[in-house]
Amino acid sequence: MARTSRHAREVAVVAFAQSDHLRRTDELSEVEMVMPVLHQVLAQTGLKAGEIGFTCSGSSDYLAGRAFSFTMTLDGVGAWPPISESHVEMDGAWALYEAWVKIQTGEADTALVYGYGKSSPGSVRDVLTRQLDPYYLAPLWPDSVALAALQAQALVDAGETDEEALAAIGARSRADAAANPHAQLTGTVPQGDYLVAPLRTGDCPPIGDGAAAVILAAGDTARRLCGRPAWITGIDHRIEAHGLGLRDLTDSPSTRIAAEQAGVFEGPVDTAELHAPFSSQEVVLRKALGLGDGVAVNPSGGALAANPVMAAGLIRIGEAAARIHRGESDRAVAHATSGPCLQQNLVAVLEGDPR
Amino acid sequence: MAVVGIGQTKHVAARHDVSIAGLVREAASRALADAELTWADIDAVVIGKAPDFFEGVMMPELYLADALGAVGKPMLRVHTAGSVGGSTALVAANLVAARVHRTVLTLAFEKQSESNAMWGLSLPVPFQQPLLAGAGGFFAPHVRAYMRRTGAPDTVGSLVAYKDRRNALKNPYAHLHEHDITLEKVQASPMLWDPIRYSETCPSSDGACAMILTDRAGAARSPRPPAWVHGGAMRSEPTLFAGKDFVSPQAGKDCAADVYRQAGITDPRREIDAVEMYVPFSWYEPMWLENLGFADEGEGWKLTEAGVTELDGDLPVNPSGGVLSTNPIGASGMIRFAEAALQVRGQAGEHQVPDARRAVGHAYGGGAQFFAMWLVGAEEPPS
Repeated sequence: MARTSRHAREVAVVAFAQSDHLRRTDELSEVEMVMPVLHQVLAQTGLKAGEIGFTCSGSSDYLAGRAFSFTMTLDGVGAWPPISESHVEMDGAWALYEAWVKIQTGEADTALVYGYGKSSPGSVRDVLTRQLDPYYLAPLWPDSVALAALQAQALVDAGETDEEALAAIGARSRADAAANPHAQLTGTVPQGDYLVAPLRTGDCPPIGDGAAAVILAAGDTARRLCGRPAWITGIDHRIEAHGLGLRDLTDSPSTRIAAEQAGVFEGPVDTAELHAPFSSQEVVLRKALGLGDGVAVNPSGGALAANPVMAAGLIRIGEAAARIHRGESDRAVAHATSGPCLQQNLVAVLEGDPR
Repeated sequence: MAVVGIGQTKHVAARHDVSIAGLVREAASRALADAELTWADIDAVVIGKAPDFFEGVMMPELYLADALGAVGKPMLRVHTAGSVGGSTALVAANLVAARVHRTVLTLAFEKQSESNAMWGLSLPVPFQQPLLAGAGGFFAPHVRAYMRRTGAPDTVGSLVAYKDRRNALKNPYAHLHEHDITLEKVQASPMLWDPIRYSETCPSSDGACAMILTDRAGAARSPRPPAWVHGGAMRSEPTLFAGKDFVSPQAGKDCAADVYRQAGITDPRREIDAVEMYVPFSWYEPMWLENLGFADEGEGWKLTEAGVTELDGDLPVNPSGGVLSTNPIGASGMIRFAEAALQVRGQAGEHQVPDARRAVGHAYGGGAQFFAMWLVGAEEPPS
């Protein structure tokens, strides 16, 4: 299959590492959680932190419960002598996007990207309400599960899915996750009671802590660092209106635009890693991305098996890339989301050289 | 790549008349008007601000997507501590430089009146020792170290504050307009964090700043003179480590050196006409003069004392009045970048440095560890 990048430079994911995702990591600071993952991903390429052209991370002060939390995790990188570095208050997938742009400018040939989050110190359902319109919505404290349930009910009402189909998504994800040593929730998991109808506990992601890291490299550097680089042939992200009443929750136009811009529809994909923390959101994303039954969706188990907030999107890109590295995929789509009910979405197409 | 539109709000202590969305919309609309462009001309939005705790909104860009015309477009949110306004502009610039987008809106804001920044920055025990309240408590010892190291007289800080507050009188967007300011008043103001006096510290402001960045083709259509980006860089180092030089951090030196290399600058003191540097506490002017290569080590305070950095000196520093007169924290770095661009566009009004051809915008953040800087020029750089 001919690989065509839409941009000036060929850039690939050449390494991916992640922590074990756990319900609590009380004994670990964020630095202690991130540092081993950074060491692992660097070891895969033989690069040292000082040899990396650009470093970018994604995290949230609100999860950490303190301002400037990312200034401390920089200690995990070992930023001395000083490094060229940036940070987004977004999922690590957008840090990867910023790093990809940096490589496209020609100012860097390699990039270290990481994302991390500890949801365990607080009630993440409540914390995420602070993302909402502070004047009209946040004072009502509608939590993330309740908003996802509104979306799920809209899908059921529109005849796009039913509770049985949703349960099957959760069951498939956890069954696939049995082969993923980093996953938090694996195997046979009871579908459980309603958390917020129509969503049952089995439709919702586990709450946990975790970190992930990726190394990007351009052209021949990528070929030198990785046996089968996962070339990012397209990447784009789009945002939608914030007010849920302004959106059709059964659809994801932002995902569709990003997919068009990334070139998803220009060829068949064999694998999709979708950042769908709720089973119902996989239904929306499958439709927006036009994924048929032949596509392996979330072979890692996806966010229903491990959902470390601020890292879970980056993990999707990493998992898709790792499938290409291992020769298990030739053309994969990776997706990350942010905001209530899939408000913001990033889509990347990853391709391997012909085997 | 060039800046073709700049918009700021009038920075004040509290904008009770607008929401956060209204605040950012005001700056963005002014930038579009300056560039004579519409929302439809914008390909992507890059927004920055300091910690989310300052307004109590987690990742507010999600809620601000509508107000900034970003629906259906890419929107990125940068956060690199106090340097964020500068970093945000550089991320936006990279989108154009990489030819991913042609025209990008970048904006940074803070609505400090929504909370109390000093306590928002002060960690609870046991994460930080008691009495290290706010940024001033962190930086005062480093100012003291600079004074000891260089033998600078105690009065230098007050000279900076007196200059910047007078410059602010010429900038209609500046927060503090102290018409009756005198050097004696600065020197008699209460000591907050020894050796930093009340009048030598930045205010808490509500404000936003926006810029439109575009490629050569876009700049060719610009109704007003563009500010061309000749170089930009970011550098970071850890907050604390054995051997760290808090007075003149290596990351700041490396950042400046990278920008000068890109812009072909070999003698910054002679070749640069105006500097907008991030001076939240007065003493940081002489400290950064040295760190950014405008003065030899130990000599920065002599430039300040000799009046070189005055608006009519030969290296005007912070003609806008600087952070000492206006500090919507997340926007402060972008205001430095934008004010540098205003200077080379000849659009700075009463605080215009005559015939400014090359200007530097600079920001720093965290524990003097994150640096962002760019150099803009009136002329298009060689391709």
